[in-house]
Amino acid sequence: MQTATGTVGQRPAPAPPSLRTPDAEPVVTTDRLTKRYGQRTVVDALSLQVRRGEVFGFLGPNGAGKTTTLRMLLGLVRPTSGSATVLGRPAGTSVAQVGALVEGPGLYPYLSGRDNLRVLARYAGVGPGRIAAVLDTVDLTDRAGDRFSTYSLGMKQRLGIAAALLKDPALVVLDEPTNGLDPAGISEVRTLLRRLAAEGRTVVLSSHLLGEVEQICDRVAVVASGRLLVESSVEELRGLGRLVVDADPLETAVAVAGRLLGADRVSVVDGALHLQAAPGETAAVNRALVTAGVGVTGLRQEARTLEEVFLQLTEPGDPPPAETPGRRPRRVGRSAR
Amino acid sequence: MSAAVAAPGARPARSSGSLPAIVGAELLKLRRRPATWVLLGLWPALQLVFSLVIPYISYTRGSSFEGIPPEQVLTSTLPDRLVANALSGLPLFGGALLLTLGALLAGSEYGWGTLKSLLGQGPRRTTVLAGQLLALVAVLAATVVVSFALTAAVSAAIAGAESAPADWPGAGELARGFGGGLLVATTWGALGVLLGTALRGTALAIGLGLVWVLAVESLVVNVAAPLLGFFDALQRGLPGVNAGSLVAALAGGDVRTPGVVAVVDGGQAAWVLAAFLAAASALTALLLTRRDLT
Repeated sequence: MQTATGTVGQRPAPAPPSLRTPDAEPVVTTDRLTKRYGQRTVVDALSLQVRRGEVFGFLGPNGAGKTTTLRMLLGLVRPTSGSATVLGRPAGTSVAQVGALVEGPGLYPYLSGRDNLRVLARYAGVGPGRIAAVLDTVDLTDRAGDRFSTYSLGMKQRLGIAAALLKDPALVVLDEPTNGLDPAGISEVRTLLRRLAAEGRTVVLSSHLLGEVEQICDRVAVVASGRLLVESSVEELRGLGRLVVDADPLETAVAVAGRLLGADRVSVVDGALHLQAAPGETAAVNRALVTAGVGVTGLRQEARTLEEVFLQLTEPGDPPPAETPGRRPRRVGRSAR
Repeated sequence: MSAAVAAPGARPARSSGSLPAIVGAELLKLRRRPATWVLLGLWPALQLVFSLVIPYISYTRGSSFEGIPPEQVLTSTLPDRLVANALSGLPLFGGALLLTLGALLAGSEYGWGTLKSLLGQGPRRTTVLAGQLLALVAVLAATVVVSFALTAAVSAAIAGAESAPADWPGAGELARGFGGGLLVATTWGALGVLLGTALRGTALAIGLGLVWVLAVESLVVNVAAPLLGFFDALQRGLPGVNAGSLVAALAGGDVRTPGVVAVVDGGQAAWVLAAFLAAASALTALLLTRRDLT
């Protein structure tokens, strides 16, 4: 199996997600990016940053404005106001280094997979050798001679991703690459995304599969009704997990935990001690309780999933924050600038 | 960050294939598309049937054809009438088929979502259009040549079978015939591309185009123009009327195809068609560059 770079170059070993983007420069920046169709505002003053080398999840319910935002980044749709830069240039002018799959693979049904890539390669100005490399990357070499219309949904998505990789892009934009796929297809795309990330490419990924996003992405932005709700690392977005401790005597345990973590992070629920604590704090909590003579009979970490956070952020009746002084989108941790 | 991934600015902002490469890609698409072969095959086939086969069968049965005596019918199928016989159907049914091809070429890019894929590879929108139009001109030129070649072959066979003289038109007449035919064909194709782009699809574009070519122009010419001066003036600016006028001029005035009329002289017809071609191309470019690709 070749890498997506084929013979173009070797990429270094992957870094863990949380370490991939320390202080990297932004490759995508939007500044109050807005798109209106008539009276309807589809994207509303969206400001976010994607850093070089990170896998950035772009999340939101249907109709949140994700695809329109991605289309603006690619120059397919013009903003009504605001601006966007991609790889240091105005959006739409840096397409030489951007590969994209937006709203499904747009390919010719009567052409074979290989001929589809041949057409796009001529448009891109890349040599025919690249076609074999990207076909290999998406494991479609064996079916490359078959007509695109005969492909399964998963194969079509993979060919669309292959088309996005033709130019060996520094930035890959994938809009719902797992849409309509069965579990096997999702697994294939997930593997491919991990490989892209491992090769050091910057990936912007729009997806509804929050489990996948949680596993793959370094940072995420959540949008709803065209507005940015939060931009954060996945870890920070999930926030402090809940540490549930069965302790005796409970009163002593509450006091010890309060001194260690702060009283606002300590509560008692159904006779158990509930602490807002990161996984790394578990050992310290246990040590402090035992040192204070508290018997610890149970201790378990209950972390929030990205899905829980997403649903909490986007649930109906919780209006998105207005872009007004005093009520701005949450930017958590390192992204708060 | 991988050393293999270029830093911003290391590569040109907009890098794409050259125009010849894009034309090559478009020719590949056209060559592999079944609809291309059907539409471009139908025109020469219909041309042969109506300009040579049916008249010749009529002659062999000794009956007149459209009121013309059998001897004159035979004369009209001989090689010296090559230009007329190769092009006479182009203004009407040839035009309808080529307009359909143009509408398919442009409209299906929206239906299949392929335009965004092409633009995503880096070319400017106007470069995409230029590549598509040049590829269209190339296949239309080949089809005009094929139409001439088939007509010549069948005419020569008829002349041989009837021991009739095989006087071929001169090179100048052939060149003018080819150029005029290509102008008519390209104009219809470009109008199809405009419709496909304007309507962002194929069905409505083809429907409207066919209604225009086969019905509206005919009504204007045959019903409205004889009654009202406005329509009499208007018909001189219609693409079908000018296509018919140009082909009639190239054929020496001898075009009997129903629905093909000669209202203006050949020179004016050529200019009007060229203006239609330029306007259709410019308007398509304007639509393509100004509109969002949603």
